[in-house]
Amino acid sequence: MSRQPVVKTINLCFSFNGQEVLKNINLEITAGEMVGIIGPNGAGKTTLLRLLLGLLKPSSGHVELFGLGPDKMGEKRDAVGYMPQRTNFDRNFPLSVLDVVKMGLVTSSVFGRPFSRGHLEKAKLSLEKVGLLSLKDKHFGELSGGQQQRAFLARALCKEPALLILDEPNTGLDLPTQYHFFSLLQELQQAENLTVVMVSHDLAVIARYANKLACINRAMHVHGTPPEVLNSPLLEKAYRCEYEILFGRERG
Amino acid sequence: MEIFTYGFMQRAFLAVTMVGLLCSTLSFFVVLNKLSFMGAGISHAILGGIAIGVLTGINPLYSGGIFAVFIALLIGYMSKYGKIQEDTLIGIFFSSGMALGITLISFKEGFFPELFSFLFGNVLAVSWDDLRFLAVVMAVVFLFVVVFFKELLTISFDEELAKANGLPATALYLGLLVALALTIIVSVKVVGVVLSSALLVIPAAAGFRFSKNYRFMLLFSILIGLFSGFSGLTLSYLYNIPSGAAIVLFAAAVFFISYLNLVLSKLRRNRGKELQL
Repeated sequence: MSRQPVVKTINLCFSFNGQEVLKNINLEITAGEMVGIIGPNGAGKTTLLRLLLGLLKPSSGHVELFGLGPDKMGEKRDAVGYMPQRTNFDRNFPLSVLDVVKMGLVTSSVFGRPFSRGHLEKAKLSLEKVGLLSLKDKHFGELSGGQQQRAFLARALCKEPALLILDEPNTGLDLPTQYHFFSLLQELQQAENLTVVMVSHDLAVIARYANKLACINRAMHVHGTPPEVLNSPLLEKAYRCEYEILFGRERG
Repeated sequence: MEIFTYGFMQRAFLAVTMVGLLCSTLSFFVVLNKLSFMGAGISHAILGGIAIGVLTGINPLYSGGIFAVFIALLIGYMSKYGKIQEDTLIGIFFSSGMALGITLISFKEGFFPELFSFLFGNVLAVSWDDLRFLAVVMAVVFLFVVVFFKELLTISFDEELAKANGLPATALYLGLLVALALTIIVSVKVVGVVLSSALLVIPAAAGFRFSKNYRFMLLFSILIGLFSGFSGLTLSYLYNIPSGAAIVLFAAAVFFISYLNLVLSKLRRNRGKELQL
């Protein structure tokens, strides 16, 4: 019996203002995989995530999450956790860390209805998983970049999703903080058998943690395990840049 | 207590209480969503709707209310789907709505004393009918805000997440703009077209300086809105000054005090750190 893919795109195309942003993307991600979407700036990585989430409509082709189109998911949408880029928020917004995490539970299934005590417990449990429960009452804007990222991870995790989608989770973090964040993510992914799809422009970091990579630059150039992708000549073609420049070292 | 013996003052205090509650609650979302210019734009544009009422004999509050909701929805819809910047649209409707109002009023023959009260407010002229309209608007706006508070807060902080979680973010945003338009039209009686946008910004802007927690920010915003309303109205009664202007000046004074409080507390913190070193 074949396992149903968690994420599937079939000949996915997207155009904006007459310009082709993504062309014929075919991708299949099965349960428990941790997949990194890589590519140069402007390659369409974030657009691909937005298509997966149903925030954009494809020009042609289609997307399936758990065998359903994003607009037909209904309450099944709660099985998808999303962590947008950290740069897109107001640091002065008057929210505590716990308030931010609780926003992850504001979904269509509780639309117009008050939170229950169970929702609060879920948010606290999620904060505990990322080691931030002791900071739950602190103003969110006062956290360090790494702590904010962990809080956003807790927000994405609090509705107990089966699929986690992360957009550039390492943006603006120094290298040790990036490694700390990805180690935590990997630990949680393995403990809860999560399927993870994450976008990053940083090849070295993402290749260390993902068990599959998909390199796109408007079209899918190469996908496979990290060694397969990193040693493929198609990687240089996608980045229009030599391997030595990409990694600062010789291939091998 | 003589102030409360007059019927017109009793109605004025009731109006100021309801408008204070409404404006300060909406100002919470105006400040968080950076909608100050939207508030100013709608409040000025509704002069067109008020003028339609004056010419046709319809209660200007009703015609102005419908016009305000129409303008708010048009700006919201065109900015979301028409690929035009929101501030560009506000700039266009702000001036063209006023221009429509001025043109239509010029068709009315003779002196039009009500114009001054629509521009700068006249809370002492509030009737029981006006109060009933205000109460209905307050009930509708509060029902919307209370039921969808967590959703509105979420779209204010992270619209992308809200959409990914399946929330109708655009519909909620348009709902917020309608609530804003209705609040503006009822506040016109108290502070007028020109000054109503101030009440949609100052209470929450001051509340924001007092607390980093949204619950207290909202509470401070409501208290400041009510305090400014009562104080401004009392002052206008005692010294015979325009009530709308007095209310706005009181709110502005509270804002500057809150700002001073923030600056002083920062200075105290820095001084404390220096002493520790």
